[in-house]
Amino acid sequence: MGYQGHILLWAQRELEEAPGRHPESSLGGCLLLGLLALAAASEHEGQGDAGEPHIFQIVTFKWHHVQDPYIIALWILVASLAKIVFHLSHKVTTVIPESALLIFLGLFLGGIVWAADHIASFTLTPTVFFFYLLPPIVLDAGYFMPNRLFFGNLGTILLYAVIGTIWNAATTGLSLYGVYLSGAMGHLDIGLLDFLLFGSLIAAVDPVAVLAVFEEVHVNDVLFIIVFGESLLNDAVTVVLYNVFDAFVAIGADNVTCTDCLKGIVSFFVVSLGGTFIGIVFAFLLSLVTRFTKHVRIIEPGFVFVISYLSYLTSEMLSLSAILAITFCGICCQKYVKANISEQSSTTVRYTMKMLASGAETIIFMFLGISAVNPQIWTWNTAFILLTLVFISVYRVIGVVLQTWVLNHYRMVQLGIIDQVVMSYGGLRGAVAFALVALLDKNKVKEKDLFVSTTIIVVFFTVIFQGLTIKPLVQWLKVKRSEHREPKLNEKLHGRAFDHILSAIEDISGQIGHNYLRDKWINFDRKVLSKVLMRRSAQKSRDQILNVFHQLNLKDAISYVAEGERRGSLAFIRSPSSDNMVNVNFNTSRPMGMEASVSYLRENASSVCLDMQALEQRRKSIRDREDMTTHHTLHQYLYKPSRHEIIQNEDEKQDKEIFQRTMRKRLESFKSTKLGVKHPKKINKTHKRDRGQKRVRGECFMTLAHTDVICFLLDMEFSEPEENEYEHLHTGTGIDFLANVTKQNFTETSGIDNPAFSDDDGQSVYMRFPPWLSNEDTVVPSQRARVQIPYSPSNFRRLTPLRLSNKSVDSFLLADGPEERPRSFLPESTHM
Amino acid sequence: MGSFHSRSEEVQELADKTGFTSDQIEHLHRRFKQLSGDQPTIWNLRQAPGGLADEINFEDFLTIMSYFRPIEMDMDEEQLDRFRKEKLKFLFHMYDSDHDGKITLQEYRKVVEELLSGNPHLEKESARSIADGAMMEAASICVGQMEPDQVYEGITFEDFLKIWQGIDIETKMHVRFLNMETIPHCH
Repeated sequence: MGYQGHILLWAQRELEEAPGRHPESSLGGCLLLGLLALAAASEHEGQGDAGEPHIFQIVTFKWHHVQDPYIIALWILVASLAKIVFHLSHKVTTVIPESALLIFLGLFLGGIVWAADHIASFTLTPTVFFFYLLPPIVLDAGYFMPNRLFFGNLGTILLYAVIGTIWNAATTGLSLYGVYLSGAMGHLDIGLLDFLLFGSLIAAVDPVAVLAVFEEVHVNDVLFIIVFGESLLNDAVTVVLYNVFDAFVAIGADNVTCTDCLKGIVSFFVVSLGGTFIGIVFAFLLSLVTRFTKHVRIIEPGFVFVISYLSYLTSEMLSLSAILAITFCGICCQKYVKANISEQSSTTVRYTMKMLASGAETIIFMFLGISAVNPQIWTWNTAFILLTLVFISVYRVIGVVLQTWVLNHYRMVQLGIIDQVVMSYGGLRGAVAFALVALLDKNKVKEKDLFVSTTIIVVFFTVIFQGLTIKPLVQWLKVKRSEHREPKLNEKLHGRAFDHILSAIEDISGQIGHNYLRDKWINFDRKVLSKVLMRRSAQKSRDQILNVFHQLNLKDAISYVAEGERRGSLAFIRSPSSDNMVNVNFNTSRPMGMEASVSYLRENASSVCLDMQALEQRRKSIRDREDMTTHHTLHQYLYKPSRHEIIQNEDEKQDKEIFQRTMRKRLESFKSTKLGVKHPKKINKTHKRDRGQKRVRGECFMTLAHTDVICFLLDMEFSEPEENEYEHLHTGTGIDFLANVTKQNFTETSGIDNPAFSDDDGQSVYMRFPPWLSNEDTVVPSQRARVQIPYSPSNFRRLTPLRLSNKSVDSFLLADGPEERPRSFLPESTHM
Repeated sequence: MGSFHSRSEEVQELADKTGFTSDQIEHLHRRFKQLSGDQPTIWNLRQAPGGLADEINFEDFLTIMSYFRPIEMDMDEEQLDRFRKEKLKFLFHMYDSDHDGKITLQEYRKVVEELLSGNPHLEKESARSIADGAMMEAASICVGQMEPDQVYEGITFEDFLKIWQGIDIETKMHVRFLNMETIPHCH
């Protein structure tokens, strides 16, 4: 059975054990001293209200009414406030890992509560932990798991998770038993099975702790994924071992038979494979559901959370490995869910997950600290505790070394000594062990208190000591760090080329290797799974290379216009050799000095995320800045999600905020077209409104250029013919705008007057296109902003319909602009 | 089999040249025979435009395969560097279809188009624009700031090396030559 059975029993026991505790005095443990008084007052109040009210009271103090949710909310608030306080001092957080700080805080708070009331009233209860705190963390891990890396190293991970954990459990338990037999521990009411039980719960590497510590260390991806994957997948082993030994302890050491042992082994396979299977089934359901949520975009994120949580609970219900279930649910559904849900929902999901996971982690560590302050459970046995610490460290090292030696015969990328050191050192124990030990039945395991104390000390030691020292260790050993590089187009292309080449070579040399398998899976996925699980529109545009390409285009466009902002006009794009468009021979080049700024901008522009798909029609209100900022800051984390720090370049923030705000307003809906194929579009009704608002705000109209330029690029690259909700078009204004911009250097008024937004002055637009769209034979996007805006009326038809005027009521029409437009703005305008 | 003695000499020669062990060579030879239908050479199935051999014999086969050998633990810096260069050179030659020492935009485009041909929804235009974009990226890495009149001919091998500078190609470009039937070798 899973943890659930244990939790029920535990809850029962708690109720039995607390007859002496006055239920209301448990209130007395308030969070901070001020609240302490409040609670004390409320206590009396509560007692006073027990009698009949004699008069009508206008305002009553109903503490009991809100007691439970209030306390929970207060704890969450305290934890979050603590986080703020910690991060006030940047120096402190770089040295001491946040988890350690939280434990100290917990100890402090626990001390206060204890001092106030002499009762340890708040502890990390297994129910809360297993049902509410652990799932978000694991879901977060699974959903953002880098799949390719994970499955590429799956063999390694499984070996460490299964064999490693069993090894740790067995050796620790047996060694402790051996020492006990030798008498060094004094007299204890323990048998062999108790030791094995203890060994099994202390052996497991904890995902929460690993995440918390490794996140700040940034070791290279392979190393991280091995340690982290191990911590996730060893849950199956832990569950089985724990249950088996717990059952054995209950049965009694004498009655354990061979069949029971066999059953234990079988249960391992059932638990692990069953849990995985459930995860996959729910992932399938989730992907299927998100395929049809086109019209209910608002609640899309909800599905992700609810269905994943259900997978956890279902697995728990069937006494299978719940962590495995929710992990695989996240792993398997990532691709399809991300393809199906809208950009906004995707961001919501990401943000909410990170928030829940981060919050849960904070609370876990804080409560670990608080739970430690409970003198009732403290039992000290020097030999036991010390030896446990020694044994788990030593056996971990030995285990890692042995397994790595075996693995290196089979691995392509060998794991060196340094890797092994980090792996051994990174085997942190955490809250899972604590929760498991708290679940033990005191009647069956007589020395439960000793176990609890030892576990607490072990957890504190690994988290605090190892957490503190791992960073210097990593630096000292010169471990290869993770390189968070921008995805380069070349890299992606060549990477793809490799996959093909390697598959071919494997095929030729007649063997079934990783690449062959991966190839087969990709084919299967494309032919069968994607058709079922992914929205039709998403199927077409989902391609890694396209995505990178797209992102790079966007960045270029942003930097292009941003540079224009800096220089005050887009005239910089002019170049002496006006004859050529940027063409395949790369004859033209950027203006001098652009390179640095462009690349700088490009670096920073990477964090901008744009909504490319339709937003709700209704939601035309301006979003908060914060919404925007968070929206795009989170998008940064393409490969290595981090919960703790958000790196933001302050200078760019302003630009981006304005940008984003305008983007959202403008990009209400959007329809992209296939190149050369037009779909009729309706008028942009919101344009007028936007304009009005724009003027009021007096915003820099350059920002619009961003949006419109982006619209262009987006138009170019994706085709989503069945998205009928793309009814508005913004690109037209962009062109107008660009044209106008180049026509006049803008002078500095507060927020430059946007000619494109002057009211219906009948100014018709001349069609200007970003050069990259002008000529089908020449180079297209991802140009650095060195190109000029050409004037090529003949090519207009290729593009999405542009607007002829600023009047939003005009029909979109489009094509050729009026020839009489003055071309003087570009003395050296180019032709294709 | 022919004279056993001379055969093992051959094998030894090949082993020295390509770095495979004799067991691996035996295995690959078997595979070669399978592919070639017991002929001494494999006929080129695709008619390549000029310059390419129509047939490859076993030695060529081995040479090609040797590019994909995994890195061994006992290699030193220099060997590693050479190894890496060899692999990259192989890749370079794959792209450079006319073997003039440069990857021009046309060649690059062709490669990208083929790579992306797996996705039926991708327009040719997009593929081309991607290739152009990639080329630009390469240009920016290799040449940096370009003069207005400069023409970027194509990616030379040095440039190619530069592109791949930060990236660990050794870890990606290899295939395990494990013999499925016999015990895997420890290198």
